[in-house]
Amino acid sequence: MTIPLSPQPPLRDDAQDADRDTLTDDTVLDDAIGERNENAIELKEIEGMSQGRIVVRRFLRHRGAMVSAILLLILVILAFSSEGIEALGLHIPGWWKYSYTFIGNVTNGGHPTLSVIPEWLGGAGIRWGEHPFGQDEIGHDTFAQVMRGTQQSLMIVFVVGVVSTFIGIVVGAASGFFRGAVDTILMRLTDVFIIIPLLVLTAVLGRTYGNSGSFVLAIVLGLASWTGLARLVRGDVLGLREREFVDAARVAGASNSRIMFVHILPNAIGVVIVNATLLMSATILTEAAIGFLGFGVQAPDVSLGKLIYDFQTAFTVRPWLFWWPGVMIVIIALTINFIGDGLRDAFDPRQKRALNRAARLAKAEARAKARVTASS
Amino acid sequence: MLTFLTRRLIASILVLLAASYVVYLLSANSGDPLEDLRTSTARNKEQLIQQRIHLLNLDIPAPLRYFIWLGGVLKVFIGQFDLGKSRSGQAVTDMLASAVGVTVQLLITSTLLAIIFGILIGITTALRQYSGYDYTVTTLSFLFFSLPSFFVAVILKQYVGIGFNNFLQSPVIPWWVILILALLAGGIWQGILGGDAKKRLITVAVAGGATAAVLTFVTLTGWLNNPSLGIVVVGILGVGLAFLVAALTAGLANRKSLYTGLTVVAIGLAIYYPFNLISDYLTIWSVLGLGALAVVVGVVVGYLWGGTDRGISARTGGITAFLVAFLIAIDRFMRSWSNYANSDIINGRPIGTVGAGTPNLSDVTSNFWIEGLDNFTHLLLPTISVMLISLAAYSRYSRASLLDVLNQDYIRTARAKGVSERAVVMRHAFRNALIPITTIVAFDFGGLVGGAIITEIIFAWSGMGKLFNDALHLVDVNPLMGFFLVTGSVAVLFNLLADLSYTALDPRIRVAV
Repeated sequence: MTIPLSPQPPLRDDAQDADRDTLTDDTVLDDAIGERNENAIELKEIEGMSQGRIVVRRFLRHRGAMVSAILLLILVILAFSSEGIEALGLHIPGWWKYSYTFIGNVTNGGHPTLSVIPEWLGGAGIRWGEHPFGQDEIGHDTFAQVMRGTQQSLMIVFVVGVVSTFIGIVVGAASGFFRGAVDTILMRLTDVFIIIPLLVLTAVLGRTYGNSGSFVLAIVLGLASWTGLARLVRGDVLGLREREFVDAARVAGASNSRIMFVHILPNAIGVVIVNATLLMSATILTEAAIGFLGFGVQAPDVSLGKLIYDFQTAFTVRPWLFWWPGVMIVIIALTINFIGDGLRDAFDPRQKRALNRAARLAKAEARAKARVTASS
Repeated sequence: MLTFLTRRLIASILVLLAASYVVYLLSANSGDPLEDLRTSTARNKEQLIQQRIHLLNLDIPAPLRYFIWLGGVLKVFIGQFDLGKSRSGQAVTDMLASAVGVTVQLLITSTLLAIIFGILIGITTALRQYSGYDYTVTTLSFLFFSLPSFFVAVILKQYVGIGFNNFLQSPVIPWWVILILALLAGGIWQGILGGDAKKRLITVAVAGGATAAVLTFVTLTGWLNNPSLGIVVVGILGVGLAFLVAALTAGLANRKSLYTGLTVVAIGLAIYYPFNLISDYLTIWSVLGLGALAVVVGVVVGYLWGGTDRGISARTGGITAFLVAFLIAIDRFMRSWSNYANSDIINGRPIGTVGAGTPNLSDVTSNFWIEGLDNFTHLLLPTISVMLISLAAYSRYSRASLLDVLNQDYIRTARAKGVSERAVVMRHAFRNALIPITTIVAFDFGGLVGGAIITEIIFAWSGMGKLFNDALHLVDVNPLMGFFLVTGSVAVLFNLLADLSYTALDPRIRVAV
């Protein structure tokens, strides 16, 4: 036996080998008696539902993930509606009065005018003000810049997610399915890219393509971040292709591509979605990091990382220039992480929700009752 | 095993070579290395351009230029390591020599600490699954996981570093801070220890009371400006550690193990004064040697206590001896603190936020303990900032992995046999839970390098991070390749170590020879 080069998904390793049969009856029969009663209750709840419905239902019930999803949605709407959309020569103006390129007079030393503490609590009252997030030393409106930066960063995250997931699936599925020489070549290629620290690879690529606009940069970053996902998909496909339903399909005369797209990949979708989400939350940090080093999106455009790069020395004089983009990055990364966590719980059939106190007591009671019945 | 390792090493080196080719091409094409000269107004512009082209062989296209660089690297076999020259004509090997030390120190310290604390937190949260403690730690680790490294570093530098230095001017902890910290400590401990309401209340009272007492003592005696443990505290902590180590590795029922630990503590206390007498004459190597000697003594003591479980007692002795030696060394470091902090060169602001060490310190003193403290104060914040992010990930992994193992059938069997909870967790579950974590740690190293680059730049270290950043800004390929060679080799090394630890952790994994 050789040492397994076991691929590991980020954060938790029980998603990939998720046993998709735990919901069927015969596995339940093997379980302890108390467990059977609980599972029976759980099964009753999801009786007659498709796998997809079950997943959606579990996700919708994950409180952290739902709160995060709503928060992220609000942020996306805020960012895109306030500054408008500028893409492909199309220009839709937003509701905010300043654009991110606007340069005005610095009023009140550029301090933020946003205030959330009401007057009766000793604050300045709840008001939005002229420059809610303040201004930098030459008079840019920070709110406009942060919103534009958020747009760009979200766009980069999304494009990187799509590009790297696509490459990851293709490489991983091909090498897991065909094995042999294809596997060796593709996996050695993956090794070559994995050994280059991600920040080094992305910074070098950012240095080359940062000037060509944020969309090109996003695609290039996507070309650099697929390796982890490819390994995970390969691991999953390697396991799935040995399963009986694949044999059955082959005996029934299905072609390779049909087996791949109809039988194997739909079963690997959980791993893909979960890890693509986590990859996206890592991407926002990567973009911020290379932006911080000055290799990300270049002027006149802005991204959250670029804003921090521009204002890192202003920390002692104008701390808000650092805080607003920084907090935006944290919020985006945090919400995407929570959504990823919710998705993973939803796709993992072994997942059991933490029970509240009442439910725990009920469960213990049911178990005790079952034990009595079993012994009598 | 050796064949396997050799094969893995060769494969890794080939991968490293291919990766270096990729990095070389990408970085050589990332910009124009002559940009500053083309726009310069110098009269001898043409000559300068020719000079640089000649120095860096820019007239040769990058895909071929790589082989000149590779040739220099391969000269290592004839004893002439040559990594080319930077734009300013400095040899890259010289640049690396001065930069590599601090960065590797930072990387290794933070990896080790992240592993230790991550696994500790992971185990405690897994054992207290779905408790308030578990939820708090989970939420916090999500937060840390989502924090960009520069954010952590800047906040640490501004609020912890500078704030703590200001605080040291008059180190008085207000009573309400003591109260909050005491309640916090009580809360954490009751979360970890668990139990019914009465036991929890007692835990809160004891832990909170102890914390409050220690903090009050610290603020009343000005301990922070003149810290030391003293032989009494070393003794108490040592005995506590002996009990802890014995309980975890052998169980308190194994008396010989416990006696071994206590004997080792007694030996440690006996050499406490002699050690402090000679300590000023020690160097780093003699200190490390003494540490190794302590472990040997501990093992021998355990062996002499004997019985059927010689091995277990020896292990307990070795671990306890190491910890006691560590305590004594910490005490010795603390005794140098006021000398260090109040010296002219530090001037009462000990926590370093700029650079990897105090410049000119070696002119003033060559005392190992002072230099160690200087190293510590400068490493402290960058290490925390690099560590926090990996720590969050590792604690999540070890929690998930331990939970996975604890739900296995053989754990149920062990419990049904009546094996004690300690043995179930430490012997049956923990070891198996370590296997997936090993992969993560080796795999995560690349991410750590990224964090280190950012952290170094914020704390103004002239280490590898600055080397990389400067090189990439100037399209200076040779230093950049030097950087990659070092980090890549360390990554390969980590992967090999991971392979080795697989076999150590899981006896089922036998390597095909």
